[in-house]
Amino acid sequence: MSGYEAVIGLEVHVELKTRSKIFCSSSTEFGADPNSHVCPVCLGLPGVLPVVNRQVVAYAIKAALALNCEIAGFCKFDRKNYYYPDMPKNYQISQYDLPLARNGYLEIDVDGRRKRVGIVRLHMEEDTGKLVHQGTITTTPYSLVDYNRAGVPLIEIVSAPDLRTPEEARAYMEKLRSVIQYTGVSDCRMEEGSLRCDANVSVRPIGSRELGVKTEIKNLNSFRSLQRALAYEIQRQIEVLEEGGRIVQETRTWDEAREVTLTMRTKEEAHDYRYFPEPDLVPLVIDRAWVEEIRRTLPELPDARRTRFMEQYGLSAYDAGVLTATREMADYFEECLQHYPEPKTVANWVMGDLSRLLNAANVEITACRVRPAQLGQMLRLIDRGIISGKIGKSLLEEMFASGRDPEEIVREKGLVQITDEGALVAVVDEVIAANPKVVEDYRKGKEKALGFLVGQVMKATKGKASPEVVNRLLRERLH
Amino acid sequence: MLVKREIGAVELLQAVLRRIDEVEDRVRAYITVTREEALQQAREADRMLSRGEVASPLVGIPVALKDNLCTIGVRTTCASKILYNFVPPYDATVVRRLRDAGAVLVGKTNMDEFAMGSSTENSAFFPTRNPWDLGRVPGGSSGGSAAAVAAGEAVMALGSDTGGSIRQPAAFCGVVGLKPTYGAVSRYGLVAFASSLDQIGPITRDVEDCALLLRAIAGHDPLDTTSARFEVPDYASSLEDGLRGFRVGVPREYAGEGIDAGVRDVLMRVIGLLEEMGAVVEETTLPHTPYALPCYYLIAPAEASSNLARYDGVRYGYRTRDAEDVVDMFMKTRSEGFGPEVKRRIMLGTYALSAGYYDAYYLKALKVRTLIKGDFDRAFEDYDVLLAPTSPTPAFRLGEKTADPLQMYLSDVCTLAVNLAGIPAISVPGGLADGLPVGVQFIGRPFAEGMLLRVAYCVERRVGTFMAPLARDPAAAGCAYHGSGGDTAGRGKDG
Repeated sequence: MSGYEAVIGLEVHVELKTRSKIFCSSSTEFGADPNSHVCPVCLGLPGVLPVVNRQVVAYAIKAALALNCEIAGFCKFDRKNYYYPDMPKNYQISQYDLPLARNGYLEIDVDGRRKRVGIVRLHMEEDTGKLVHQGTITTTPYSLVDYNRAGVPLIEIVSAPDLRTPEEARAYMEKLRSVIQYTGVSDCRMEEGSLRCDANVSVRPIGSRELGVKTEIKNLNSFRSLQRALAYEIQRQIEVLEEGGRIVQETRTWDEAREVTLTMRTKEEAHDYRYFPEPDLVPLVIDRAWVEEIRRTLPELPDARRTRFMEQYGLSAYDAGVLTATREMADYFEECLQHYPEPKTVANWVMGDLSRLLNAANVEITACRVRPAQLGQMLRLIDRGIISGKIGKSLLEEMFASGRDPEEIVREKGLVQITDEGALVAVVDEVIAANPKVVEDYRKGKEKALGFLVGQVMKATKGKASPEVVNRLLRERLH
Repeated sequence: MLVKREIGAVELLQAVLRRIDEVEDRVRAYITVTREEALQQAREADRMLSRGEVASPLVGIPVALKDNLCTIGVRTTCASKILYNFVPPYDATVVRRLRDAGAVLVGKTNMDEFAMGSSTENSAFFPTRNPWDLGRVPGGSSGGSAAAVAAGEAVMALGSDTGGSIRQPAAFCGVVGLKPTYGAVSRYGLVAFASSLDQIGPITRDVEDCALLLRAIAGHDPLDTTSARFEVPDYASSLEDGLRGFRVGVPREYAGEGIDAGVRDVLMRVIGLLEEMGAVVEETTLPHTPYALPCYYLIAPAEASSNLARYDGVRYGYRTRDAEDVVDMFMKTRSEGFGPEVKRRIMLGTYALSAGYYDAYYLKALKVRTLIKGDFDRAFEDYDVLLAPTSPTPAFRLGEKTADPLQMYLSDVCTLAVNLAGIPAISVPGGLADGLPVGVQFIGRPFAEGMLLRVAYCVERRVGTFMAPLARDPAAAGCAYHGSGGDTAGRGKDG
């Protein structure tokens, strides 16, 4: 983009994982049967009234504090009016001129440089339902509506136009997800729609202070599509300007398959939302003491944890960053250290083989079948020379697939076991010769004694002997 | 009488149902009469009474509900085609409270569509007629409730008041109607017209009934965050406290131009009575009164335009038969489902909220609303209550104002400001003008319903309650009147 720079701002929607919806007691559970989590309030039946879920406000405040925002002492809800069949009331209860929080920031790292990105505002609102089309939206003979999502609590986080490249935008989204996930108020799963993003972008000649005409891009369903859509749109805008054209202010949609942005609606077709104060809800007066109480529940956030990982565990900035990207990953890492206190070794295994397995199987660390204690056990097996590091890699795969203890696998599955009778006969004979008293006990009928002898053979072979073979050989010889 | 078992709840209900059979084809107060459910409730009330369990003074009392109050399993239409088949799966809080109190719910009364109107002529189904003169309107929008009570088709009724919709029909039908303080009664289950103005309130034959019914429905409701937390007083117990030293202000803006001579005469007579009873009555001023009507007709339609957006044919209610796509379905459903007055107000409100007009209209109206509230605050520094006519005229003829919306709107000129200020007001019959009842309105400070009931009770004791000719002689259809100083219905005051 020679001679031009982009100006990007993101509007991010985050679903809060409260148990009930923002204005009623219906469940927020994801993936339930259509229209099974609804009630008169979230269906917007005539005469019903919303009541604010206190937990939603608490979660929104927690997220806002984590994003360094100022919390308003007084805020109110407003109605955003537009017609769409997935909206039960044909208005959305949102916050307009007096949002819950303002003036925050988030720090991102791109190409080794740290950058502070402003957060203009954070407000609460209700989610809409979902339309289910038969075929595509333009060809479907009818559409079905699922209102389970209607009334699920959202926070909208609006960044300042401080981002300059698609990479920065992606880094901002990733960091935002990380921080919100740490607070525990949302899962931030883009694929389930609990983290969504619209991007505003314009371009201008480098050195210019004025903002160019912006477009808004919707339908960005992954970090990758955010980055690629922005790259496309920036290039498109530059080309329009280079050819002497003008950018039209409009909303565009990202076509994932064709990797292009397309006009969705122009400024003339834009909704007039006719915001006005929601008369069914009294304004919220937010007690400072409550805010401070919530502030005290904030966990160690990603930046602080990364710094601590570097100082306490001697990890590189990169490793500490990767390990603290999600709270779950960092928790897993630290739990591993309780079983095996070698940070660098654990870091290498967690970031290397384990992450590869998780990614390949599309499993999250919280669902990982290799528990931290088991990983520690495996690393000790390597330390004790029972298995080699190379065998450890295949052992980890086995552990990942089965969830079984490494020692058990080594013994039973015989990843490295010796099954060659010829190789084992000598060891068996040595053990018999070295334990005459135990041999005598066995011959007198003490069955338990055999177990001891098997153990001795296993020990002598560093666990590599096949227990079945050893058992058979011992019985044959002692018969 | 019920408690003393002089009359049973079933017997009382049957008397009411008989009256319905006799006069309903002429009055048409009801959209739905729930005979079977009512009989069951009356039998249950009799069982409670026979066991000596008296949950409240309302046990066994037949009550009518305006058809914008949601009732489980009973069609709730708002007198609109767009909700002609809507059966709510829930009760409004006030309905639940009446059930808990043991009241017998007779049916759902006619109204102006979505409570938009002053004559009940805007009902999508049929107009209701005034039991005093079947050629005249009962007022609106709670015209069905007021007519039902006046004609003896219910002992009590609930209405809703957004700009006068309880008080004006109460005045037109010669009964008592009270609009409570905003937040005194839960709005949960009241189909919204203008959320910041709507209040549910009682329409009754006399002031004591009004006090009893108000007590049964008032109080905080966790389902309505705009409902206030306050101790609901026993309004009926302080009715007889008298008026000695009471200070009554009469705002000159409500007593001058545009007020019918007959109405002014009644107002003057009531002023004289109040003075006789020891009250001090003085002229006062509410200077921003001229702006109340335009202010109201910005705020109420703005809120309505949003509240009524949900009627789109997707989930319930009327849906157009043939639509090409979803936008076409929205447009046809709403074009066919709403009546002209509702459409007019949706358009007004949508305009007032539109980009570029919001500041000039809606925001300005909110500021004027604050000034109007300030007028009342200042007046209440000097006076306990304010007195004004409820409506500039007695009941007008059917069709008289339907062609001129502005004339219809002016019918509420005396009542609108009270809703904008969020304060309570009661309309009580003050006398007759040309054989038609005339109501006077007492306006009070927030949560001063007890005081309003007390002063209204004093007036009632002097002028009596009023019985519509149709109620006195159900077989006759005439328009003779009968003013009496005594009780008018088959119900004692010791219930």
